[in-house]
Amino acid sequence: MAQTLAEKIFSNHCGRAVRAGDFILADLDLVMAHDTTCAWALEPFYQIAERVFDPKKIFIPFDHAFPSPSVAMSKLQSRIREFADEQGIPVVYDGVCHQVMSERLINPGNLILGADSHSPTGGGLGALTIGVGSTDAAIAMATGRSWFRVPGTIRVTVSGDLPRGCYSKDVVLAVAREMGPDGANYRVIEYAGPTVEGFNVPARLTLTNMSAEMGAKAAVVAPDDQTRAYLEENERLVDFEPLRSDAGATFERELHFDVSDLKPMIACPPDIDNDVPVEQVESEKVAVDQVFIGSCTNCRIEDLEVVHRMWKGKRVKEGLRAIVTPASRRVYLQALQRGYVEEFVNFGAVVSSPGCGPCLGRSGGVLYDNEVCVSTSNRNFEGRMGSPTARIFLASPATAAASALTGIITDPRRYVA
Amino acid sequence: MNWKFGDNINTDLITPGRYNITTDPEELAQACFIEYRPEFRKQVRPGDFVVAGHNFGCGSSRETAAVALKHSRLQAVIAKSFARIFFRNAINLGLLCVIADTDSIEESDRLELNIQAQALRNATRERTLPIEIPGMMLRLHQEGGIINFLKRNGLAALADLEKF
Repeated sequence: MAQTLAEKIFSNHCGRAVRAGDFILADLDLVMAHDTTCAWALEPFYQIAERVFDPKKIFIPFDHAFPSPSVAMSKLQSRIREFADEQGIPVVYDGVCHQVMSERLINPGNLILGADSHSPTGGGLGALTIGVGSTDAAIAMATGRSWFRVPGTIRVTVSGDLPRGCYSKDVVLAVAREMGPDGANYRVIEYAGPTVEGFNVPARLTLTNMSAEMGAKAAVVAPDDQTRAYLEENERLVDFEPLRSDAGATFERELHFDVSDLKPMIACPPDIDNDVPVEQVESEKVAVDQVFIGSCTNCRIEDLEVVHRMWKGKRVKEGLRAIVTPASRRVYLQALQRGYVEEFVNFGAVVSSPGCGPCLGRSGGVLYDNEVCVSTSNRNFEGRMGSPTARIFLASPATAAASALTGIITDPRRYVA
Repeated sequence: MNWKFGDNINTDLITPGRYNITTDPEELAQACFIEYRPEFRKQVRPGDFVVAGHNFGCGSSRETAAVALKHSRLQAVIAKSFARIFFRNAINLGLLCVIADTDSIEESDRLELNIQAQALRNATRERTLPIEIPGMMLRLHQEGGIINFLKRNGLAALADLEKF
């Protein structure tokens, strides 16, 4: 039976060969719940269990509001800490859950449940990492298992050399424009083709991360030498079984993108498929109040390297607030060692501690009425980053960095060395 | 009454992130649509329906969206389609979600939902709409959610979900 990569991973975790449409109860390699979703998992957990199935397979990071911005949040975090202490699970304060898991925990072929919608991110390492809510997380923490309807796969094949000033973020915004906000609902997106094979894991994580915005249950890239190189860089075991979709596997839908002529893209508010070339918006001279470079989508060291090249020796446009939030402690340390943090501070930016930052509008850069933010994150919904009338434009770190130089939404191609 | 919404109603519109700082469901129900439809929390009555277009509940995995709707004591959410994680959360909580073509429903229409017969009658317009309620959604709604189901039947009953 020819299988997709996703069908193979599900099969390996339920002890029989399955195909799309099958209902299964699967064993999980890891369960993640963070400072927001874990709080809601506690009550259902204690209703059905006293102990977690395996404390080593549960990951509890504080990232959505850390350090805590309020007494109410501190109360939730304190409850989670009590639970974690009781169960022998360390609480981790090292940055955005998906980034820290990618650096330390996710292995090719894994099946992982995350109580966070951007869980598909980890698929950039060739795993199935699936987002759920708190009750599912509670059941998984109690049993180590979860139920699934095995999803069909949409294969997105990307070919062509990316033009200067374009990155994997621009590619995935072009995919989102085509797919729409529910085009991949209940499906797995498998990214393939020469362009994706050429992307390193950090660039792939941007593709898989944004797949959540198209409704995907998971997103995946077949593990290869890039994956091996990433695991090695992060001082991890590099041995894994080869894993890819079989030649005769059934895909529900196939999309092809040639990115040779791609232009830097931007998702205008309030929808993810509202994508246009940045040059089109630039002509409207949209004044920017805040630039946010951060989130699980785009704040790895490779992203900061691009920003650093553009900002080095320059000053932020007067009056504009630029916020840089490294995705993890590791990224933060790398940025310190390379001297980026000093350059960013001299540029006039705020460099905040690793975590989700202002992406979800809870702290660290909450927007006021009618303000405009260019953000490297993944969601431009009304009210996402603060006031419902604030406008969020999603783009690559290069576009965000260029906009911080000029004070209007700016095509980065003139500024990219 | 029916609270009618369009396509892609996301979890930030249902319960904005800034209000998700409690685990009290009643408090959370007070934040339901707080910015998008401010009169909702004050005027919603037990038995009301939320009626929407495609991809209801897209966005965050936060279960707070489903919790806030459940504790607004709706009879059901009726939409053309639901986002995956929201639908899963609704199944788990026992919040009834019904799939139907909602275009013809107006806010003032009197709807009669018969879950046993899987039928939705628009009494105002004297027509019956075809609906779909997946078996697992229906059964866990009747059980009062998955946690109540597992409490009654033990964790091994997870394996029985397939039969629903």
